[in-house]
Amino acid sequence: MPDLDLEVDRVSKRYGAHLAVDDLSLAVGRGSFFSILGPSGCGKTTLLRLIAGFLEPDSGDVRIGGRSMRGVLPNRRPVNMVFQHLALFPMMSVGENVGYGLARRGAAQPLIRERVATMLKRVGLPGAEGKRIDQLSGGQKHRVAIARSLVLEPTLLLLDEPLGALDLKLREHMKIELKQLQADFGTTFVYITHDQSEALVLSDHVAVMSAGRFEQVGTPQELYYQPRTPFVAGFVGANNRLTGAAARADGHFVELESAQGLTVQARPSGPIAAGDVVEAFVRPEVVSLAHDAAELAPMQRFVGRVESLLFDGANSAVLLRELRTGTEFRVALPQTGEFADLREGEQVAFGFDPQRAVCFEVTRT
Amino acid sequence: MTATASADLAAPRTRLALFLLFAPALIWLLGLIVLPHVDLAALSLRARVAPRTYEFSFANYRTFIDEPLYWHTFVRTAAMSIIATACTLLIAFPTAWYIVKIARGQAKSMLLVLCLIPFWVSETVRTLGWMILLRESGVVPHFLVALGITAQPVELLYHDATILVGLVYTSLLFMIVPLANALESLDDALIEAAYDLGGNAWSILRQIVIPHAAPGIAAGSIVVFMLTLGNYLTPTLLGGKNSLWFTEQIYAQFITRFNWEQGAAFGFLLLMLSTAIVWLGLAVSGQRFGDVMRRA
Repeated sequence: MPDLDLEVDRVSKRYGAHLAVDDLSLAVGRGSFFSILGPSGCGKTTLLRLIAGFLEPDSGDVRIGGRSMRGVLPNRRPVNMVFQHLALFPMMSVGENVGYGLARRGAAQPLIRERVATMLKRVGLPGAEGKRIDQLSGGQKHRVAIARSLVLEPTLLLLDEPLGALDLKLREHMKIELKQLQADFGTTFVYITHDQSEALVLSDHVAVMSAGRFEQVGTPQELYYQPRTPFVAGFVGANNRLTGAAARADGHFVELESAQGLTVQARPSGPIAAGDVVEAFVRPEVVSLAHDAAELAPMQRFVGRVESLLFDGANSAVLLRELRTGTEFRVALPQTGEFADLREGEQVAFGFDPQRAVCFEVTRT
Repeated sequence: MTATASADLAAPRTRLALFLLFAPALIWLLGLIVLPHVDLAALSLRARVAPRTYEFSFANYRTFIDEPLYWHTFVRTAAMSIIATACTLLIAFPTAWYIVKIARGQAKSMLLVLCLIPFWVSETVRTLGWMILLRESGVVPHFLVALGITAQPVELLYHDATILVGLVYTSLLFMIVPLANALESLDDALIEAAYDLGGNAWSILRQIVIPHAAPGIAAGSIVVFMLTLGNYLTPTLLGGKNSLWFTEQIYAQFITRFNWEQGAAFGFLLLMLSTAIVWLGLAVSGQRFGDVMRRA
């Protein structure tokens, strides 16, 4: 690891009987874009507030730039936060918003004006100082919120699902903009979101969080292609989930037999023995379609009936029901347009390479 | 075609319905506010020159200027009302803050109800309650003696401070409600953001909370100031003969002296005073009356 801007060292936070953050550790290198991805209620907001200083951990320590933050109040931490609804001050102009932190630090007016002007230029809003907040568009408000924090040159910028309230088009646009801003400023970003696409697109590293703990920390590619837990496999990207018992298993493949009697082969993650209760995940794009089952050899092959077509441009998929057992499969339609004429009720063969499906042992709790 | 025809037919009927709906308000406004004031204005601008003979004159207003007691009372009433409003604001602000931002769930509504409960009792009874507490043989002086703070029971009634206590107590609810409304709409994230960017409690109060709550503060202050300025019962009962409240002068002119002309002139002067001070207050704080009333 290069220089660490943020170290979270075995931090816990409890609300009554509920353990919101459970003995969690984390390290973020200088200048990287780190995301914490998890469903709502997984403790990611609590974790962010612990880093920002709005909450004190029950145990453990948060170090920012190598310095322990125990007892350091939010207004004294080298950390700034972009809030979920941005929290721009409506009673102030854009310039006053961006200059607020500098003024609080006691900087001289001419210096504030100069720094604010430079910052607004860098985020693509030159000369917007005099505007009122309600005159800005959604995207412009985001830039002002980021400018307001970055003008203080924090060691760490925390972002609390800032894109959540935007419509899809603007969200896609702001993702790119955010990534460019981060690359441009080189500030370490810690971003929390429940939107996996935001986390995958933006981040150098992503931590998938569930019930106060990290399930897996890794690059977006690792999370997608080598999920280490069933939760990550189910949460990151679309996946077909099959539950059953391991009929046969060695170190390289597992044969899962579902309750309905479907047998599929997959690559095991962790040690799995025959007889274990297992869960297999097959990504929709891993499954190939064919009019004739023979074309799919040597993959494992099935025949299904088209249940419904899910047209979504490049993400189009088809819902198949396996003929013999009625198991449902979501299969991505190939980009070549080969199966564009598929109709509901039609029969089609499908199959996948066992090495591209992953199987976990279900741990009983 | 049919749609426009029926719309045309409906238009006069809608207008009539609207008019009928507004009629009570209009009658109230005209009959109880505009007409009496026109009459009072006419009254205040005439002087009796002989029995049953009146002529147009500014004599009633001149009396006010020439007689120091009158304008002394006038200025004193204004000053005391401003002080009472300021005290009410100082007490109501933290209270409203606590109710809105700190209290949770049931405690929140309970606290608002607690503010409201004193108003189930008539103002006279409430004020008499204060008299029972504060008079020389009352509860508070008795306790002061029992605790060894004073050697003899002291008379706590009939001081300016007593009048202020009574006025603030009577007005508190009318300040808390608009303040609570204004603070309710303040997003907690704004306070956190300001804190995160390096603000401290004082700067956040000054730059974020007060500007946001300004319409509520203005609305509460206007209501409390007008109620206080026009209050008769509290200053009279708690201040006794020395209370020197301007409404007492108006009462004396109308009821004791049967000098309706003078009373009407005083009434108008009080109206002008409250208008002037409210206007001044809004001008100084940079608020607009319409905004204030809408947001409150």
